[in-house]
Amino acid sequence: MRAVVLGGTKGMGRALARLLVERGDSVHLLGRDAEDLARSAADLEIRGGGRRVGTGRLDLADPAGFAAALDGAVAELGGLDLVVVTAAQFGTQEALEADLERTREMLTVNFANTVVFCEEARRRLMAGRGGSLCVFSSVAGDRARKPVVLYGASKAGLSAYLEGLDHRYRRDGLVTVAVKPGFVRTGMTAGLPEPPFAGDQEAVARRVLRAIDGKKPVVYAPGIWRWVMFAIRRLPRFVMRRIGF
Amino acid sequence: MSSVGDNHVPKLSGWGRVAGPGVEAASEELAAACRGAALTRGLGRSYGDSSLPPPGGLAASSRLADRILSFEPGTGHLRAEAGLSVRALNRLFLPRRWFLPVTPGTQDVTVGGLVASDVHGKNHHRDGTIGRYVERLRMRVADGRVLDVSRSRHPDLFRATLGGMGLTGHIFEVTLRMRRIPTPWIATESRRVPDIDRYVRALKEAGPRWPYTMGWIDCLSGGRRLGRGILMCGRWAEPGEAPRFAPRPLRRVRVPFVLPEWVLSPLTVRLFNEAYYVRHPRVRRGIVHPETFFYPLDAIGDWNRLYGPRGFTQHQCVLPEESVSRSGARRLLQLLSDAGAASFLCVIKDCGAEGEGLLSFPMPGISVAVDLPVRDDTEELVARLNEFVIAEGGRVYLTKDRFTTERDFRRMESRLPRFLEIRRRWDPESRIRSAQSVRLFGDRP
Repeated sequence: MRAVVLGGTKGMGRALARLLVERGDSVHLLGRDAEDLARSAADLEIRGGGRRVGTGRLDLADPAGFAAALDGAVAELGGLDLVVVTAAQFGTQEALEADLERTREMLTVNFANTVVFCEEARRRLMAGRGGSLCVFSSVAGDRARKPVVLYGASKAGLSAYLEGLDHRYRRDGLVTVAVKPGFVRTGMTAGLPEPPFAGDQEAVARRVLRAIDGKKPVVYAPGIWRWVMFAIRRLPRFVMRRIGF
Repeated sequence: MSSVGDNHVPKLSGWGRVAGPGVEAASEELAAACRGAALTRGLGRSYGDSSLPPPGGLAASSRLADRILSFEPGTGHLRAEAGLSVRALNRLFLPRRWFLPVTPGTQDVTVGGLVASDVHGKNHHRDGTIGRYVERLRMRVADGRVLDVSRSRHPDLFRATLGGMGLTGHIFEVTLRMRRIPTPWIATESRRVPDIDRYVRALKEAGPRWPYTMGWIDCLSGGRRLGRGILMCGRWAEPGEAPRFAPRPLRRVRVPFVLPEWVLSPLTVRLFNEAYYVRHPRVRRGIVHPETFFYPLDAIGDWNRLYGPRGFTQHQCVLPEESVSRSGARRLLQLLSDAGAASFLCVIKDCGAEGEGLLSFPMPGISVAVDLPVRDDTEELVARLNEFVIAEGGRVYLTKDRFTTERDFRRMESRLPRFLEIRRRWDPESRIRSAQSVRLFGDRP
């Protein structure tokens, strides 16, 4: 496979990119920081047994650069079979409430700009023989909850978009995989109190790769979160108002 | 390994599960993680309090900074971020016939941790500690500068950092020389040895013939059978005698929860030791998986839970050659046996020349390591063992230690003033410190 990973220098994106190169796939990394990209590319090249890993600069806050970055990736890979998006912003509810500029930026990056990036990616995937678009949303988008009102809203919008894509384009060869991680121990969640069923990023990456290969439209990771969210989605409002999670 | 105590004071612990108050912050960016941190820790696999911040403090965790930055197949030079684990390294490099020139007995250690503990392995008598193969370090020193440190640049800092328990700075990157191996399989020979004196003799005799030697000792049998054990020797198998395929990482079973204290009692350990010794044939030869040979305990995940809720410690000391020739090992085992200490695991290894690291643990002689469950009298027991070690001219391994006193440590470590002098030069206020350095070096809490 020829894969573009946006957010592959850190966290679950890093773990997933490693699995891809270790099984022989070609990977091209997109991200904000050129030096960080170069270090991750070196890591992936050594793990992949020497296969070249290209990089390109892309900032989700700056949609003007999306098309060029993707074109560069397609040119370098010689085609495109998979686009993975793990990049996103996170802020605790308290931090976001205290800073509306940051809230606006988070909503723009996580929803509007991610959707625009996916549209650019979709066109390029569908221009060829089709392919897969794997985007990391969150369980926080499944049900509005007190600790993640703003972040959850950005992810709810993204999840709705991804479901729509799956309905509209699956027959035309576009496989959409919406990943809904629960709590996963990464740099993003470091320092947060750890809830039950916390997962580690390697295990999540393995699960996501199986979902991509199996063309599953939605994957919860760790898997137990599917049932946790099944229950939480069904809780009545008067319960949600009372409980703290 | 973080946990929340009963009174909701966040705690950290080492592998021995004796917790202390403190928190850790992990990030892919070590420069960000170590901001405001007293110490950087890796996977928290040192047994005692070496990886814990001073009480209530902050430790940076390097475990997410695990990228390999370069590898030169011509020379074996590998440069990696400090949080890369030996497990990841082996998974990637064993099939390509490269291996660490020195490996500790577990894979759940980071390359930063290898350096901070200046680890030794079963080949110490021949190949020394890992420090010998470390070419360069990138580290952040107390004043915030990020420096490249080697034998030619800041050699004092370099030597103090090998085995310096992370107290000289935050290690960001490690460059070391990997070793080419003929196949990724191990040819072994193991034999039963009926008592401690013959065991030590056999260990020393095996040294010139085998690159890897070590042995398990039954320290509960007394009298004529005192210190009977199994001596294991190994070397890398040659292409003609090994399987043609690469070994796959072994699966692990896990200890699912903390077991009650009676599980490891003198009685159960005695039964285990008897079975383990008797079932072993007089001599066994074969080709084995490298993980089975180097990391036998890794087969059981979370095995530290076997020791019960109070945790355990390990007393690992090195006895110099003069002591060994005066049956130091026998007298140490006698001391343990008299104290009624039920050690599940006792390992004796051959040690060669002292390393460059200013606080590097091994010296020519033998290393004796015993696991001790934490009980009411553990401190007292460790003090008695240390008294013996000091009288013999040996020293203990800081990576395993939790109960040595400051006074005893100063008595056994004549190199300490030199280390502290260099540390003062780079960190006059002792900003970088650990729970262990508070306990042993008199750092402010």
